[in-house]
Amino acid sequence: MTTSTPNLTANAALKTPLYKRHVALGGRMVDFGGWELPQQYTSIRDEHLAVRQVAGLFDISHMGRFRVTGDGSFEFLQGLLTNDLSRIGYGRAQYNLICNEAGGILDDLVVYWGEEGFFVVVNAANREQDLDWMRIHAPAGVEIEDRTFELALIAFQGPRAEELTPADRLEDLPYFGFRPSVVAGVDALVSRTGYTGEDGFEIFVSADRVGHVWDAILEKGAHAGVLPAGLGARDATRLEAALRLYGSDMDETVNPYEAGLGWTVRLDKGGFIGRDALTNVKADGPKRTIVGLQTAAGDIARHGTAVSSRGRLVGTVTSGTHSFFLGHPIALAMVEVASLRVGETAAVDVRGREASAEVVQLPFYRGSARSAAAPTKS
Amino acid sequence: MAGRQYTKSHEWLTVEGKSATVGITDFAQSQLGDVVFLELPNPGRKLEAGESFGVVESVKAASDLYAPLSGRVAEVNDKLAGKPELINSDPFGDGWILKLDISGELPKDLMDEDAYKKFTETGA
Repeated sequence: MTTSTPNLTANAALKTPLYKRHVALGGRMVDFGGWELPQQYTSIRDEHLAVRQVAGLFDISHMGRFRVTGDGSFEFLQGLLTNDLSRIGYGRAQYNLICNEAGGILDDLVVYWGEEGFFVVVNAANREQDLDWMRIHAPAGVEIEDRTFELALIAFQGPRAEELTPADRLEDLPYFGFRPSVVAGVDALVSRTGYTGEDGFEIFVSADRVGHVWDAILEKGAHAGVLPAGLGARDATRLEAALRLYGSDMDETVNPYEAGLGWTVRLDKGGFIGRDALTNVKADGPKRTIVGLQTAAGDIARHGTAVSSRGRLVGTVTSGTHSFFLGHPIALAMVEVASLRVGETAAVDVRGREASAEVVQLPFYRGSARSAAAPTKS
Repeated sequence: MAGRQYTKSHEWLTVEGKSATVGITDFAQSQLGDVVFLELPNPGRKLEAGESFGVVESVKAASDLYAPLSGRVAEVNDKLAGKPELINSDPFGDGWILKLDISGELPKDLMDEDAYKKFTETGA
């Protein structure tokens, strides 16, 4: 047996504060963005289904976390990011993009507007370059502090997450809202956000207390079927929800309109990096777009493989996996605009042969998240 | 039944008379993660030792399977079509992949359990 995927064994440099717990829970540790994280504990299938049917607990402490403070922080972030922070306020979070001058996506992130400044959560693999980019562009007086190592981050996601979280009064926390709370007796910041399409919370807690919170959530939920969930379940659930993955579905050669993230670009908010280029893209219309594909059992279309229509190459698969929940493989593909419409049949390369793929509506699955869908207009 | 033998490409085989049973190892299945599909040859096909005879698709990757010895495919494990997860749950038992009618000698570089264990630990 040989495998086409590298990084099946872990030798990453960085470990989260929950590393020992992952190992003790039987986690199969792999390198993800330079961090040693569990691909799975028992089985991706079981963990995936737990997230969809009850709730699953993820360690996402690998994600970069920056605190942005000081006079001019708001204006700095408005000039750096594509979305319009004036549309939110204290206690609210917003999905956002950093683009370069050419309109290519440098990262996707969530900005939290707190009373003591802003918090920015970025992809692990981009942490250092995002930090550099932000510091290069920050004016005097704006401080950007990397809090990744002092602050842990866990995500508790699933239709029963609210009832099973050991914290008071979460029912009135709105989608993309966050506030200080006490979880299992520990001071935390609880945010109603996630990356699975399900309702649930992302919980910021100090690195030295996160183990206690982790244990308490698993203990409280054990009878209901709550499981710790690894990267495999995280990828499958985010893909079913058609949430984009940086580095797979988008990178700096892709602009937000192509990635289907035009709704995060607010050209009318004032100047920001990439605005001129994106104004042109929007005026001309993007050349490529993301579509959803569904294939027959066993035909998993993998990242980078060819997609064709009527014998003509129209694009490539950006993400693909087997959905245990839906019972068949699913994939996202970046294709020429208007080359494939919902209901049509495309051909995808699977292990060197052409397999038939149906173009389907996105997301593949709409979970319990209160508003998991992007606004329909971009 | 003779002891289980192993290849560097993480297949196992057991030999009974002129028949060999072939599967992938527990180490292999644990590295692959959840198996979702297998592409396997039809009975009657002749395989040379080291020849790729099929594919195992896991959530993470598609991986080629290699014949650990030369022979003719006598039987394919039909249960895997409906329950590919047997590869994960019982790789040395119900998750066997195929049976071969052995032709010729077994390859010289097969490993016993201890040697394979050392191989997976050191990669040597």
